[in-house]
Amino acid sequence: MHAIFEPGFFSSGPVHVALVIGAVAALVSAVVGVFAVVRGQSFAGHALTDVATTGGSGAFVLGISPLVGFLGAAIFGAGAMDLVGVQRVRGRDLATGVVLGAATGLAALFLFLDTTSGATTGATQTILFGSIFTVASSTIPTVAALSVVTIFVIAFIYRPLLLSSFSADLAAARGISLRVVGLLFMLALAVSVGLSSIAIGSVLSTALLIGPAAAALRLATSLRGALVLACVLGVVATWLGVLFAYDSFYWFSKSQGLPVSSFIVALIFVAYLASGMPVLRRRGERSGAAGRGGPRGTRVEESA
Amino acid sequence: MSTPVLEVDGVSVSFAARKILDDVSFSVNRGEFTGLIGSNGVGKTTLLRAILGLQRLDDGEIRVNGAPQSQRSGSLGYVPQKVILDPDVPMRVRDFVALGLDAQRYGFSRRTKQQHALVEDLLNDVDAAHFADNRVGSLSGGEQQRVLIAHALISQPSLLLLDEPLANLDPKSVQEVVALLHHVVVEHHVAVLLSAHEMNALLPVMDRIVYLTNGRAASGPTDEVIRSDVLSALYGQHVDVLKLHGRVLVVAEPGQDNKDIPEHSTLTVT
Repeated sequence: MHAIFEPGFFSSGPVHVALVIGAVAALVSAVVGVFAVVRGQSFAGHALTDVATTGGSGAFVLGISPLVGFLGAAIFGAGAMDLVGVQRVRGRDLATGVVLGAATGLAALFLFLDTTSGATTGATQTILFGSIFTVASSTIPTVAALSVVTIFVIAFIYRPLLLSSFSADLAAARGISLRVVGLLFMLALAVSVGLSSIAIGSVLSTALLIGPAAAALRLATSLRGALVLACVLGVVATWLGVLFAYDSFYWFSKSQGLPVSSFIVALIFVAYLASGMPVLRRRGERSGAAGRGGPRGTRVEESA
Repeated sequence: MSTPVLEVDGVSVSFAARKILDDVSFSVNRGEFTGLIGSNGVGKTTLLRAILGLQRLDDGEIRVNGAPQSQRSGSLGYVPQKVILDPDVPMRVRDFVALGLDAQRYGFSRRTKQQHALVEDLLNDVDAAHFADNRVGSLSGGEQQRVLIAHALISQPSLLLLDEPLANLDPKSVQEVVALLHHVVVEHHVAVLLSAHEMNALLPVMDRIVYLTNGRAASGPTDEVIRSDVLSALYGQHVDVLKLHGRVLVVAEPGQDNKDIPEHSTLTVT
């Protein structure tokens, strides 16, 4: 047992907080991430992580909770993108780029102020790459409440969101308000970015948002299956990341552990690469079937 | 006589200074197959969007089952021109069809056994049951059209609108989709309004035609509209209508500007 769990892992308070915060952030990111990938809004998600950087670094300057900074900026950014035109496919990249550029400029200023003020020399590392072992346990109720609300919103708009992701025309013809659905989704995206920024840092939160979702979409045979699988992948990667980071304190003589976020991102990357193996095999079988004159659209492995 | 399913009455639509639809009027009855024929850019999609209530009218009125736009929910099925169906997204055929039942519904509800049975029946009806568990994006163009038609039909509309469903299909798939739509009209007694830039594939099943060009429309039974005098008046130039081996060719005289004559219907005689 000690070969896997170094002494004190199960009794450590910071580890408990990290496991809870990490799991909650991973769950929300996975659910929102699946829709972000399906809707083709991965870039918008990434842009919001940079916007969250502005909020996080601004929070350090002001001396307030980084969670408030991450969430506030991401929600403001989501609203701005929606206002500029993220609902229209052609306007999406433009709106995202405009907001991204402005936010990054502000983040550069705040990070400069953070690092030049004596009390917050570690701010850059914490904001960009996370410091989950230093998150206060008092944050847990807020994070849990935000997660519940976000998942509730996604569940509430599930069907209109799904149809509008495939065809805006089809959804509009059914009387679905693309504006309302799109705005609610962007707000959910902003909250998930804010939460994962606390866990693994604003820059790396894209990995938690997109990675498990992209891998699950490759592997699952239904969208609901993809949602469940993305949650499992996200939580497993996060918990293993916490474990490896904790254990890494004992790997080197200097008693200095490695960052949690690096492990989490590496594990997600490995999961994504591994998810490509069945896809390659399926494509090989399909091209083989086509070569033998087999019918299209009769993929046996897709059958439930 | 019963109320037509669709009444388009003096509809005009403009984009900026360009008039797309100019006083267009026609009606569609229940159980009728109507072709909306015209070359690319003449306003077919604009007209369908206007019927759906997605396009503001400059003038005129559109009624579905006698009701104005605000009261027509649920009576229209729609197959749009473009639907992004990514093969990497695990959206199964049966799930996509079922989404047609309640996609507009917010909140939490489980589908009933009757609704699941309805999905199965419709999948069988459009001959999609054998690939019901496949990803929609992995299907061929013809198979995807069958799935989109099932998605539109499952809410049991009285009018089915299809925007260029035959575009980019191979001839065999075109025949299959047209036969399926004819089956839908006969068996489900649904009115079909299908836009296309080529009418010949539809001739065996088309009860009526709405021929659109220069923003104006001629409509009625196919034989009464596809005539030289009617189409010449519509084009504002003389055109001949040739019928050869069950196909129709709309022919402009050499040297005439014939850019608005639908593709594949044009034959320049020398």
